Parts: sequence; C-alpha cells; structure tokens
Amino acid sequence: MSTAFAEQFGTTRPEGPAWLAAVRERAMASFQAAGFPTTKNEDWHFTNPSPIAEATFEPMRPPRGGLTTDHLTPWLFGETAWPRLVFVNGRFSPALSRVDVIDGITVMSLAVALREEPSLLERHLTRQADTEDPAQVFAAINTALMHDGAVIHVQKGVSAKAPIHLLFLSDADAAGGSSQPRVLIVAEPGSQATVIEQYAAVGGSRYLTNAVTEAWVGDGATLNHFRLQQEARDAFHVGTTVVRQERDSHFVSFSFATGADLSRINVYAGLHGPGCGATLNGLYMLGGSQHCDHQTRIVHFEPNCYSRELYKGVLDDASHGVFNGKVYVHPAAQKTDGKQTNNTLLLSERARIDTKPQLEIFADDVKCTHGATVGRIDETALFYMKSRGIPNNEARKLLTYAFAAEVLETIPIDALREGLERLTLERFTGTVNS
Amino acid sequence: MIQIHDLHASVGGKEILRGISLEIGPGQVHALMGPNGSGKSTLAQVLAGHPGYEVTSGTVTYRGKDLLEMEPEERAQAGVFLAFQYPVEIPGVSNAYFLRSAYNEIRKARGESEADPLEFLDIVEGRLKLVDLDDSMLNRSVNAGFSGGEKKRNEILQLAVLDPLLAILDETDSGLDIDALRTVADGVNKLRRKDNAFLVVTHYQRLLNYIVPDRVHVLVDGRIARSGGKELALELEERGYDWVTAEQGVGGAALT
Repeated sequence: MSTAFAEQFGTTRPEGPAWLAAVRERAMASFQAAGFPTTKNEDWHFTNPSPIAEATFEPMRPPRGGLTTDHLTPWLFGETAWPRLVFVNGRFSPALSRVDVIDGITVMSLAVALREEPSLLERHLTRQADTEDPAQVFAAINTALMHDGAVIHVQKGVSAKAPIHLLFLSDADAAGGSSQPRVLIVAEPGSQATVIEQYAAVGGSRYLTNAVTEAWVGDGATLNHFRLQQEARDAFHVGTTVVRQERDSHFVSFSFATGADLSRINVYAGLHGPGCGATLNGLYMLGGSQHCDHQTRIVHFEPNCYSRELYKGVLDDASHGVFNGKVYVHPAAQKTDGKQTNNTLLLSERARIDTKPQLEIFADDVKCTHGATVGRIDETALFYMKSRGIPNNEARKLLTYAFAAEVLETIPIDALREGLERLTLERFTGTVNS
Repeated sequence: MIQIHDLHASVGGKEILRGISLEIGPGQVHALMGPNGSGKSTLAQVLAGHPGYEVTSGTVTYRGKDLLEMEPEERAQAGVFLAFQYPVEIPGVSNAYFLRSAYNEIRKARGESEADPLEFLDIVEGRLKLVDLDDSMLNRSVNAGFSGGEKKRNEILQLAVLDPLLAILDETDSGLDIDALRTVADGVNKLRRKDNAFLVVTHYQRLLNYIVPDRVHVLVDGRIARSGGKELALELEERGYDWVTAEQGVGGAALT
C-alpha cells in the first residue's frame, strides 16, 4: 500500500543539497518502516486513513495552463494588492503570483529558495516537523517528496504591512494525483507577519494534498497564521503545521475547514521560552459524508506562558468531525494559563462528532481549563426569534450562522473575516449580512 | 382586539392556567397582576405561542382569527409582540441584523416593501432615543453582555421598531431601578395609540404609576380572581395579595 510513494521517491528523487537528501532518505525509511497508521494508533483513533492508503496516487501532473488571474478572484477576499504566491497542482506559478520587493521580507518559492537561500533552509527546513513518529508518516512522506512550496523570511524587527497570501490550487489535471506542498516561515526576533495559507480547487477532483508548514517564531516575534482548507468535495487533504516559539513570542493560528471528503489537520505549537502566547482557533463546517479531523497540540515547556484554544464545528447530514486537542504542561512550565474549548453544533441526527480535549499537567502552579459541548439549536433563542416574526427556517439558519460567527469574530484582518463571514452566512442563509 | 375565553394550559401535565377569560379592546391598557406562580407569565408565553405550553381547552380570538392556530412568527407578523421577562442572548447576531430581519418579515407579511440597511438605520435612530439607548448597541450581539436594564430597554426598542397592535409586557419592570423604569414607561406611553393595545404583566404596582391602566386583573392560581379599575392596583399595593386569595378561597398553595 505504501509502494506508490516509495516508487515515486525512487524514480523522481527531487533535487536539493546533500544534507536534505539525507533527511529525505531517513523520512522515507521511517514511512516505509511504519506504513500508514490504522485506527489502533491513538492519534488516528477516530480517522481511518485507509481511503488514502489504498488509493494509488500518481505524482500530480503539471497544469496544462489556462488558469488566469480571473480564476483567482473567488479566493482573494477582494485584496488584489496583497503579496501572493500561487501554486497550481503543487507547482509555483510566477504568472499568477504577485511578489513585489518588500523591505526586510523574503517571499519566494521553495524551489528557488533551495538555490538562493541554502543557509537559511539548512537552519530551518525540516527542523520542526517530526518524521520519526509512526503517527506522523504524512509529514515524513512530504519531507521525502517535497519539491515546491513557499519560503517566507521576515527580518529582525520588521513588521509586514499586508498579509502574505499563499494560494494552493488544484485544477482539472490534478485528478488522481498527489502534491506535497511545503511552507517554511521564519520570523526573526521582534518581527511581525501574517500568512494566509489557502487550499482550494478550480475543477480538481479525487486528488491528495499532503502539506507541511514549519514556522520558527523568534524572541518577541508575532506570527498570525490563517489556514483555509477549501479543497474539492471529493478530495483528500492532510496538513501539518508545526511551530516553534521562542521567548515572548506570539503565535495565532486559525484553521477554517469546509472542503475535502477526508481531511486531517494537525496544528502543533511548542512554547520553548517564557512569556509566550499561543492562540489556536478553528471552524469546521461539514455536510454530506465529509470527514474532518483536527488534531492540536500545545506544549508548554517554560513558565509564564498562556494558550487559548476555541474550535467550533457545524455538522450536517452524515458528516463526521473529530477534535483531538492536547495541552501538555512540562514540570518547569509554572504559571501556565491555558484554556481550551471545543463546541459543536449538530444539525442532523446522522452527524457525528468525536471530541477529546486533553490536559496533561506536570507543573503544580498552573491555571488550565478545558471543555467541550455538543448540542443542537438553542430552542429558547429559536422561540425568541420566531416571536419577533422571523420564520422558523430563517431563525434556524441565523442561529447556525451566529454559532459559527463567534469564532470568526476573532480574525483581526477585516477583509479575511468579512470574506469568511460572508461564505458562512451564504452557506446557511443564502443572504448577505450587512 | 383580543378575546380570551376559558383558556386552560398546562406544562408537563401540570395545569397552570385554569380557565382565563379576558377581553382587551383597541386603545386599551390592561394590567395583569398576581402573586408569583399564579400563571401571569404562562399566559404571556401562551399568547406568544411558546411551544413548551399545551393549551388544553378554551379559545383565543385575535382580530377575528384563531390565535392558537398560528405559529409564533405568524402571530408576530399579525401584530402580537411579547416583551420577554428574560430576554434571550444571541451571541453572533447583531442587534441591527436581528431587528432589520424581524422588521422586514413583518413588512413582508403586511404586503409592504422591505427596508434596506440605510433606510432601516433611519427608522431605528429615532426609536433609540425613545428608550435612551446608544446606537453603538446596534453592532453588538443581541442582548449579549447587556445589563439587566439594557436588556429590558432593548425589548422596548424592539417594540417601538416593530410597532405591534397588541404588546404584552412580561414583568418588564422587574430588575429595573426607578430611572430605568421611568424611561421604559415613558417609551411605552409614547407608543400608545387608539389602534393598539397593551397587556402589562407585573408583580408590583409601581410600574402602573407610570403606565396607567384602564383595567386591572388579579390572577390567582390560574384564574382571574378579581378585575377592576386602576384603583385596584393601589389597593393591592396596600393590602397585598392575601386578601384576594382568601376571598377566593383558593388558598396560599398557589403562592409557592
């Protein structure tokens, strides 16, 4: 079952420096030793990856072209001036991208960075993502096979003015193929940056995106990372984000997931210095037979850090959501302030959520809470709205929107928040809020 | 406007309303008073169509139609409004959007054109002054994080915007300080017209100093024990409810 990726590794070995070749060899070896996980693996208990394991994905074919900037319009949030790197079928598309020279910030494709920034990549690339753990074989596959993606390097003390938009599109030629996008973000001390990483389809079907993002957030730096999974409804998506935070740094993550038939999204934050803050929020909205699994891990290594987590889900039809969130507090991490919440709204009798918020605390002076709720539409609120003349169906839709909007409100970038609010409102009401 | 005849209603098999008859005409204000647990709020909720109450017998005719056959939203669209005793918080829906949706649904039901956001803002601005609320509340979620007084004033704002024919105020005075009470009462008084009517449900007489009723009814143990003019409220204030219950021989059990 794991032979397709191994064959791909044998025949189309990607280019790169010698150190990376050795890392790739080890990653492929650990994947081959472990194979794909089964539901016996605790980290995969609620998600069976066999539909991915049993499919034979070809390396994704390059696009035959034909995509123009007009095709990007639905994905740009009306912000054509944001710097953006666009990838089609896993390959950088200079024609669709828009990268002006930005003072103090390097934004380039991974393929170019491997040639032009070898020392930066040697310091940071493959340094965060675990490829040894049998639960992490998708990261290992990505490490072995990655050939393109994005590299963002924010110099010391530099604040990026606009969000940097990474748009990964799959077109009709993506069918049956797999891509291995890789993103590296290096935020030097005191810098600030916002990255929007978006996965979407323009006609693609039955493809696999297996993405890995690594970030290093230096002393006092802030990284906002918005991840949008809007793949084709019959596609597969596995994405892993691994972030290492140094002293007094802040990491804000948002995972918006509405696409793919089967998706698994991992967000891992390691707080390696005192005074850090990590905020992990997310919203998944599923229908049909979609399955979406979020696995988050926040590891507090040092004292006086905080973490906040709010994940919300709206599940309709026979969809299946999974939230598995772990907050781990090491003995040295005194005064940790952690709060973790997962709320899910079930719109159908057949929809299902498996939620597993977990705290593992080995320090004695901490303040940590976690909780999960699973519910249906609030009947009291429903009656209140109806008593004001709003018909039953409209009131239900509006309450569903409101449930989701609570977490969207945390997004500080107006165009992005409003864009996602509009998508959400249209999904539930077919009208536009104003 | 509305005729209630021998209305019985229960919740979870327990009968709360045990034969209420009441008629309110256009231009009138009726007060419904009574001890805790007498069924005042139940009547208010039943008239608004709360699904938790089962009407077991009796009739309610509103402007010639069978009110009990109508869905809650149809009642609202036909001009019935309930100011809730405990207004509901709806995080994530702005007051502006909520109010405009309700306003437009009611306009649609009346065969009138819907108001766009700008037209609607004009309408609301004038009404906000009536209840002494700031327009910044329009962008906040419905009742979320509102103080008790703000929630009650928001109910009266909704009443002012939706302009019902029959407004039921369910203990709108509870939890209000005297200034807020006066604001709310002034707002209601400005909305009184010849073609609309109010049913004011209250435990205390003090609200009726400001909203002067045409008729006062005392509800005891699910029945109207006594009706009279506005002086009945003063008498109740002075003597408490015990003399009415004693006179009716229904006992104090209903007081719990």
